Amino acid sequence: MKTIYVDNAATTKMSKAAISAMMPYLEENYGNPSSLHTVGQLAQEALVKARMEVAGCLGADVKEIYFTSGGSESDNQALLTAAELGERKGKKHIISQKTEHHAILHALNKLEKRGFEITLLDVDGDGLVTAEQVKNAIREDTVMVTIMTANNEIGTIMPIKEIAAVCKEKGVLFHTDAVQAVGHIPVDVKELGCDMLSLSAHKFHGPKGVGALYVRKGLFPSTLIEGGAQERGRRAGTENIAGICAMAAAMKEAVEKLPENAEKLAKMRDRLIEGLGEISHSVLNGSRTQRLPGNVNMCFEGIEGESILLLLDAKGICASSGSACTSGSLDPSHVLLAIGRPHEVAHGSLRLSLCEENTPEDMEFIIKSVKEVVDYLRKMSPVWQDLQEGKRKYVIQ
Amino acid sequence: MLYSEKVMDHFTNPRNVGTIENADGVGEVGNAKCGDIMKIFLKIDDGIITDVKFSTFGCGSAIASSSMATEMIKGKPVSQALELTNKAVVEALDGLPAHKLHCSVLAEEAVKAAVKDYYDKNGIEYDPEQFAQTHDCEHCG
Repeated sequence: MKTIYVDNAATTKMSKAAISAMMPYLEENYGNPSSLHTVGQLAQEALVKARMEVAGCLGADVKEIYFTSGGSESDNQALLTAAELGERKGKKHIISQKTEHHAILHALNKLEKRGFEITLLDVDGDGLVTAEQVKNAIREDTVMVTIMTANNEIGTIMPIKEIAAVCKEKGVLFHTDAVQAVGHIPVDVKELGCDMLSLSAHKFHGPKGVGALYVRKGLFPSTLIEGGAQERGRRAGTENIAGICAMAAAMKEAVEKLPENAEKLAKMRDRLIEGLGEISHSVLNGSRTQRLPGNVNMCFEGIEGESILLLLDAKGICASSGSACTSGSLDPSHVLLAIGRPHEVAHGSLRLSLCEENTPEDMEFIIKSVKEVVDYLRKMSPVWQDLQEGKRKYVIQ
Repeated sequence: MLYSEKVMDHFTNPRNVGTIENADGVGEVGNAKCGDIMKIFLKIDDGIITDVKFSTFGCGSAIASSSMATEMIKGKPVSQALELTNKAVVEALDGLPAHKLHCSVLAEEAVKAAVKDYYDKNGIEYDPEQFAQTHDCEHCG
């Protein structure tokens, strides 16, 4: 049975380029970049080169890139940086929005306990916030605005450039979690105008456990980890050289091939949206136009997401869902609730996130399989029976 | 794997799926908001469950628990079906992950609700204590 992996928003397969870039630093060049000897200095050179490549991909300066363990760490460090600056200036208000990743939301909860006031902006039915909303929420004591570049569940791309401009005008720091965006849509820090940006290697065919935080010149990141003077004293711990080199290689490749891949993915995405849209009482989650090229997220009324995933897995299709059963909590996805899906509908969601290795034939197989699975589960669902008999009203028309 | 082979077997090949026209007892428990609803239909002749069907909206373990519960009570006297515990369902499924145990509780309650419906319809007296809800979900409220 062929495996069709369409869960690339969760993680991706490492590219050949990333693996080749990584191997020398696992085998021969295993030195510590802080060591003065030749073996150590070879590692140091690799680190310098990787930082140049990563900076180059983002339109940043090498001194603006801090390597971290991934997106969550970068997000936490960015928020702590703003918080400590705010505490010094007596500004203790932070603005974000409801569909952020938990790395942001949970870190904000922690800051709230530390005395910060947090405003979480509502999103519209497509999952979008506007620059106007941000502008209206900014106060005298606002220290930072943090809005993700693209949503991990529904793929909605936020108007980051406009939001960053508003923040700049008001003299408020702006951070964006670009974990789902880098390597998938053009991301240039100078063009976007953000002060800080988080990214993670394993979302663009790099390895897990490595990422970066961009912090613009003149702003100094607070430390999450105390210790040695690595990363210009801002992130202690011996550098993950192999991971960092692999990330740089993966990023370079993803950015170079971006226009070609995005076009290919968007075509497959549109076919899936069209094909799955034929299923009765189904709805697309997220914006139809402001959308990541590889993201499809739909709700099917009357059934539950985990069952869909298990049955698709039996057909070789690896996908994901925002149902409570898959989130490990009682509530379905906070993102689907934020865009206005009621609980019972949010439980029946399916996310398919594509990569360039998927094919148009895969899309046809997915459409056929999802149709079969939805039909099968609806036949055994008392909710579906009630809907059909008019005992319960359809939420999705 | 998240689930045992038994759970996957009952999920992918569920036993007794469907409905019974003019069933002698029907029980529905759960809540769509929480993401699981179980409905059990009983056909009862001379105090024996001669047929049982279920329909379930829910995750893999909810469907597997329903399937297993129906298999465990089919052909049994009603009194014996009332003794079915969620623990017995879990054991028969070779275990469920901790956060899925409530699915087996729903299965036990669905069976009890169907029997209660049968008692009510036929004017059979019973001790209401027997049907006290053990499933406490703050969500379903």
